[in-house]
Amino acid sequence: MSLAPLGYLDAAGRRAHSILPLTWFTLSVATAVCIVIAALLWIAVRRAPKNGGALETRSVPVERGSNGINWITVGLLISCVPLLVTLVWTMAALAAVSGPPSHPGLTLDVTAHQWWWEVRYDATNPSETFATANEIHIPVGVPVLVRLHGGDVIHSFWVPKLSGKTDAIPGQTNLSWMQADQPGRYRGQCSEYCGFQHANMAFEVVAESQADFASWRAAEVQPAPDPITPAQARGQALVQYRCGLCHQVRGTGAGAISAPDLTHLMSRRTLAAGRLLNNPGSLIGWIQDPQGIKPGTQMPNQYLSAQQLSDVQAYLVLLR
Amino acid sequence: MRPADYRTPAIGSDSLAHQARLLEVWATAPGLKGFFSSVDHKQIGIRYIVTAFLFLALGGIEALVMRLQLAGPNLSLLTPEQYNQLFSTHGMTMIFLYASPILSGFSNYLWPLLLGSRDMAFPRLNALSYWIYAAAGIFLYAGFLTGNGPNDGWFNYVPYASRDYNPGLNEDFYSLGMVFLGISTTVGAANFIVTALRTRAPGMSINRLPIMVWGTLTASAANLVVVPAVSLAFLLLWMDRQFGTHFFDPGGGGQPLLWQHLFWIFGHPWVYAIVLPAMGMVSDGLPVFCRRPLVGYAAVALSTVATMILGFGVWVHHMFATGLPGLALSFFSAASIAITLPSAVAVFAWLATIWLGRPVITTALLFFASTILLFVIGGVSGFMTASVPVDWQLTDTYFVVAHLHYVLIGINVFPVVGAAYFWIPKMTGRMLDERLGRWNFWTMFVGFNLAFLPMHVTGLLGMPRRVYTYAQGMGWDTLNLITSIGSFVFAVGVLLFFVNVWKSLRSVANAGPNPWDAPTLEWAVSSPPPPYNFAVIPTVVSRHPLWENRLDEEGAVSSIERGMLLDKGKETVGTTALDAVPDMVLEMPEDSFAPVLLALGAAALFVGLLLKAWLVAGGGTGLVALAILIWLWPRRELREREAGS
Amino acid sequence: MSETALAQPEKLPVGPIGRHGIGYWGVGTLVASEAALFAYLLFAYFYTGAAAQPGWLLEPAPPLKLALPNTILLLASSLVAWVGERGVLDRRRWQALLGFGGAAIMGTGFVVVQWFEWKAKAYGLGTSSYASLYFVTTGFHIAHVIVGIGVLVAIFAWTALDYFSPRRRLTVSAGVLYWHFVDLVWLFVFATYYVTPYLGFGR
Ligand code: HEA
Ligand code: HEA
Ligand code: HEC
Ligand code: CUA
Ligand SMILES: [Cu+2]
Repeated sequence: MSLAPLGYLDAAGRRAHSILPLTWFTLSVATAVCIVIAALLWIAVRRAPKNGGALETRSVPVERGSNGINWITVGLLISCVPLLVTLVWTMAALAAVSGPPSHPGLTLDVTAHQWWWEVRYDATNPSETFATANEIHIPVGVPVLVRLHGGDVIHSFWVPKLSGKTDAIPGQTNLSWMQADQPGRYRGQCSEYCGFQHANMAFEVVAESQADFASWRAAEVQPAPDPITPAQARGQALVQYRCGLCHQVRGTGAGAISAPDLTHLMSRRTLAAGRLLNNPGSLIGWIQDPQGIKPGTQMPNQYLSAQQLSDVQAYLVLLR
Repeated sequence: MRPADYRTPAIGSDSLAHQARLLEVWATAPGLKGFFSSVDHKQIGIRYIVTAFLFLALGGIEALVMRLQLAGPNLSLLTPEQYNQLFSTHGMTMIFLYASPILSGFSNYLWPLLLGSRDMAFPRLNALSYWIYAAAGIFLYAGFLTGNGPNDGWFNYVPYASRDYNPGLNEDFYSLGMVFLGISTTVGAANFIVTALRTRAPGMSINRLPIMVWGTLTASAANLVVVPAVSLAFLLLWMDRQFGTHFFDPGGGGQPLLWQHLFWIFGHPWVYAIVLPAMGMVSDGLPVFCRRPLVGYAAVALSTVATMILGFGVWVHHMFATGLPGLALSFFSAASIAITLPSAVAVFAWLATIWLGRPVITTALLFFASTILLFVIGGVSGFMTASVPVDWQLTDTYFVVAHLHYVLIGINVFPVVGAAYFWIPKMTGRMLDERLGRWNFWTMFVGFNLAFLPMHVTGLLGMPRRVYTYAQGMGWDTLNLITSIGSFVFAVGVLLFFVNVWKSLRSVANAGPNPWDAPTLEWAVSSPPPPYNFAVIPTVVSRHPLWENRLDEEGAVSSIERGMLLDKGKETVGTTALDAVPDMVLEMPEDSFAPVLLALGAAALFVGLLLKAWLVAGGGTGLVALAILIWLWPRRELREREAGS
Repeated sequence: MSETALAQPEKLPVGPIGRHGIGYWGVGTLVASEAALFAYLLFAYFYTGAAAQPGWLLEPAPPLKLALPNTILLLASSLVAWVGERGVLDRRRWQALLGFGGAAIMGTGFVVVQWFEWKAKAYGLGTSSYASLYFVTTGFHIAHVIVGIGVLVAIFAWTALDYFSPRRRLTVSAGVLYWHFVDLVWLFVFATYYVTPYLGFGR
C-alpha cells in the first residue's frame, strides 16, 4: 500500500483515473488564483509606506481616485475562462463516470451496517450465493457494479483509489461501480458520519486476477470445515449458541445474519472493519473485549472464561 | 387634547435644550429595570456582540480539545461519544450561536447610525430577538452541559438522529433548541428588512446604502424564507422521535433524503447569510483606510444580491454523493460554479480599492485586507467541490473542513475582528491599542494558516471528517500535529483580541466622533452615541456625507447640522422604500417588559415540550399569549388607536 | 460652493394612518415567512409522494363531503372579515363587529368541522408517512386558524371599545390581512391533499 492508503491523488482504476486529471486541473486553477490574488494584494498593501508611512489615518487625504471598474470587468473575464473549461469538463467527466456500466463483470450487494460492511455475492445458482464482510474481492480489469443498501443509518461507500463516494441510504438502493487496473489491496472507508465508530468503519477491496478470484470464490462458497480436536468441537458448540445469535457460520447451527459472516473468517486480513489485523492473538483480544477495542460497537462483551476463550479461538482459527 | 394626525416636522439646529428634551424621552432607565426593558438598539447590539463572542470562545475551546485528541494517531483523550458531542456542539455553536448573531449584533448597533435614524423599525421586536437568542443558547448548552449535546454533526442527518439510533435527549435538545432559535432569527430578519426599507434618513436612496446594509438586508430577506425550512425539519424530526410520525423513517414510507433537502435548502443560503454582512463590513471599512470610495459600488451591491439569488439554487452540492440523477447533479454543479462570479466581483473591487487608493496600515486594514486572501483560498476550494466528479472524492474529507474554515473564519471572524477595531471606538469612545493589534493580527493570521492550510493536504490524502481518531500509517500524522499547533496559535491570537478590548475598556475615552476620518453617518455623532443617535435627522445626498467637501460631489451637500427636530415624543422619520422621501413621522415605543416576558414564556414552553411537562408548556403558552396581548394592545402614544377613545 | 440639501417635508402623517405604517410591513414579512413554511410542508408532501410506492396514498379519493363545504366556509369568512374592515372604514361599528365576530365564528366552525374530518379518518398520526404529513400539515394550518381567531377576537374587542377610526386602524387591517393569508393558505393545502389525488398524483 502506498504512503497514504486513502489518498486519491494516485488512482488505480478506470473510474478514479478518469476523474484525476480534472481534479488536478481544478487544483491547479485554484492554486494559481490564490497565488495571483496573493501577489496583487501583497503589492497593493506594500505600496502603503510610500504614502509617507502614515500611521494616522486622517493625515492621509481623501481622494476620489480613478474609477477602477476595469478591475472588475477584466477580472471577471479572465475568471470566466477556467470556469467555463471546468464546467464543460465536469459535464464530460460526469457523463463518463456517473452511469454504472451496462455490462458489469460482477455485481455485488453491499449493505452498510453500524460499523461494518456486509458483502453479498449473488449467483444464479443459489448454492453459489454467499456473504462475507469487510473484505471485497473483485477480478481486475472488469467493471464491478456495487448495489448499495443502508442497513440502519446512512453510510457512504468509498474506495479512494478506485472510485468516489456513494451513500448507502436506508430505503433506497444506490449504484456505484469500480474497476481495478492492477491487482492489489485498496483501502475503503465509510465516509458519512454514522455514529460512535464511524472512524473505524473501513474495508478492503482485493483486486486479483480472474483465476485467483475464481478460486477465492470457490473457497468462499464452501461451508465451514468441521472441528477436528475436542477443543475445536467445544468451541464450535459455544460459537453456535453464544455467537450464533448474531453471526452466521455456514454449515453449523450459527445462522443469524445481524453481524459479519464468520464462515471464512480467517481468510480475511483485518478484523472488525479494519480495526485490527487479523491473527489468532488479536482475535482473542477482540472476543474478550470488543467494547474496549471499538467502544460502542454493536458486539457486546461476551464474558467467556479463559477456557471457553481458548476453545472458541481454537475453532475460529479453523475457519479459513 | 387631541394630538394632530398630520404635522409638518419642525426644522432646526441642535441645541442643548433640544438634546435634554430628547434625552428625557430616549434614555433607558438605569439598573435592572432598564436592563430587562430596554429597546435601545445600541444596548441590544452590544449584548448581541458580547454574547456571540462568548460563544466563539466556547466553541473555540471545544475545538481546541478536539485538536488535542487529533494531534496524533490513536490518542484516547476523548471517548467517541465525547468527541462526537464536541464536534457537533462546536459546529452548532459556531454557525448558529456565533457567526450569525455576531453580525446581527454589529448590524443592530450600527444600522440606525448608518441610516441616520433613531432606532430600528421595531425596537421591541429587536429586544425579543435578543432575548430569544440568549434563551435558546442557554437551552442548547443546557443539553451539552448535562451530557445531552447534539451528537450527529451540525447538519444532523437522519436516521442517525432518530430515536431508534439515538435514544437519549441529545437530539431533542437540539431539535427544540433550533426551532426556538429560529424564532429569533426570523423576527430579527423581519426587523432588518423593514428598517432598511422604511427608516432611512431623507435622501438616502437605495443606491446610497452602505454595502453592509445591502449585505444584511440580503441576508435577512433570505433568512426570512429559508429559516422556516430548517425549523420545520427540526420540528418534524422531534415529532418523529416523540410522537411516532414517519417523515424521515423509511420503515413508515418516509424519506431520509427529505431531511437533507430541507436542511440544505436552508443551509446553503444560510452560509451566505453569515458572510454577506461581513463582506459588507469589508466593503465599508476597507475604503476608509484606502482613503477613497469603494471601487464599483453598484457592482458590489448587485453582486451581493446576485450571490443570494444564485445561492437559493445550489443546495444540492451538499448532496452530490446521495445517488441523485445525473441531470440534477449537472444543474447544481453548474450553478455552484457560476456562483463564484458574484463573489469575484467583491474580491476584485476590494483589490482595486487598495490598489487605486492610498492604504494606511492599521490593524483594521490588515484584518480587512487579509479577508480578501482568505476568502479566495476558501472560495477556490469551494469551486473545486462544485465540480461533481471531483467532489465525489473531496466530500466528507478534511478538504471540506478546510474549505468551511477558510470561508467561515476568513470572511466571518477576520472581518468581524477588523470591524471591532474599526467600530469599537464608536461604541465605547475608546481606541484599541494598535501595537497589541499588530500582535493580535499576526498571531491570528499565522496561526490560522498554519492550522488550516495543511488541512487541505490532509484531506487530499483522504482523511475523513468526523473521525474521533485515526490509525498510524495513513500519512496524516505530521499534518495533524501542525494543525493542532496552529489552532493553539490562532487561539492565542483571539485571546490577544479579547485582551486588547479589555485593556481599551479601562483606558480613557478620547476617540472623538470620527477617529478614522470616515465618511458615513455613524461618524457624525459622538462616541459613544447618545440614546437618540441624531439630535436632528440628517438629510443625505451622497454615499459619503462626511467626505463630500473633499470628493467634490456635484451640486448639493448633505445636511448634518440642521434637520427635522422631531422632539415631540419618541419620534423618528419614516421614508419611502426606494427614494427615501420622508413620508411619515414614526412614533417609537417606550421601553417594555413584553419582549423579555414573551421570551420567558417561550422558554418555559420549550422546556415543557422537552420534558413533556405539559403543564409547564401550557403555562409558557399562556405567558406568551399574555405578552403578545400587552405588546399589541393598541396604544394612544403610538397612535394605534383613536385619540378620543 | 454647493448648497446644503435639506429635506423640507410637507405635512406628514404622525404614526400609522390607514394602512400606511410600518406595522403593515411587519405583518407582511411575517406572512412571507409563514408562506414559506407552508411551501416547505407541501414540498415535503410532493417529495415524499413522488418517491413513494404505489399505495402510499391512504385515500386515493379523499372524501370531499366535509372538506369542500368547509373550504367554502373558510373562504367566505375572509369575505366577512373584509366586510368588517369596511365597517371600520365607513364608521359603521355594528358592521365591523358583525364582520370580525362573524369571521371568528366561521373560523371556529371550520376548526370544529376539521376536527370531525380528522376523527373520521381510518388512520392516525403514526400510520405512515402519508398520514403524518396529512395530520401535521392540516394541524399546522389549524394552529394558524386558531391564532387567527385570537386576532379576530382581539380586533372585535378593540372595536367594541371604540378604539379605531378610518384613520387609526392599522391593527385592524394587519389582522385582517393575516386572516386572508390563513384562508388563502388553506386553498393550497386543500388543493394538495384533496385535489391532486384526483389528478393522479401519488396513485
Ligand atoms: C461561510 C460561508 C461559505 C461560503 C462563502 C462558501 C462558498 C462556496 N462554497 Fe461552501 N461550504 C460552507 C460555507 C461556505 N461556502 C460550509 C460551512 C460547508 C460545509 C458544510 C458541512 O458539510 O459541514 C461548505 C461546503 C461546500 C460544498 C460541499 C462540499 C461537500 O460536502 O462535499 C460545496 C460544493 O460545491 C461548496 C461550494 C462553495 C462554492 C462554489 C462557494 C463559492 O461561493 C465561492 C466563491 C468564491 C471564490 C471562488 C473566490 C473569488 C473568486 C475569484 C477570485 C475568481 C477566480 C476564481 C476561479 C477561477 C475559481 N461549499
Ligand atoms: C465560524 C465557524 C467556525 C469557527 C470559528 C471554527 C473554529 C475552529 N474550528 Fe471548526 N468547525 C466549524 C465551524 C467553525 N470552526 C463547523 C461548522 C464544523 C463542522 C462541524 C460538523 O462536522 O458538524 C467545524 C468542524 C471542525 C473540525 C472537524 C471535526 C471533525 O470533522 O471531526 C475541526 C478539527 O480540527 C475544527 C477545528 C477548529 C479550530 C481549531 C478552530 C479554531 O479557530 C478555534 C480557535 C479558538 C478560539 C477562537 C478560542 C479562543 C478563546 C480563548 C483562548 C479563550 C478565551 C476565554 C475567555 C475570554 C473566557 N472545526
Ligand atoms: C449481539 C450480537 C453479537 C454477538 C452475540 C456476537 N457478536 Fe461478534 N460481532 C457482532 C457485530 C455487530 C460485529 C461487527 C462489529 C464491528 O466491526 O463494529 C461483530 C464482529 C465480530 C468479529 C469480527 C468479524 C470481522 O469480519 O471483522 C468476530 C471475529 C466476532 N464478532 C466473533 C464473535 C464471537 C466469537 C462471538 C461469541 C463468543 C460473538 N462474536 C458474539 C455482533 C455479535
Ligand atoms: Cu458508517 Cu460512517
Ligand atoms: Cu453550500
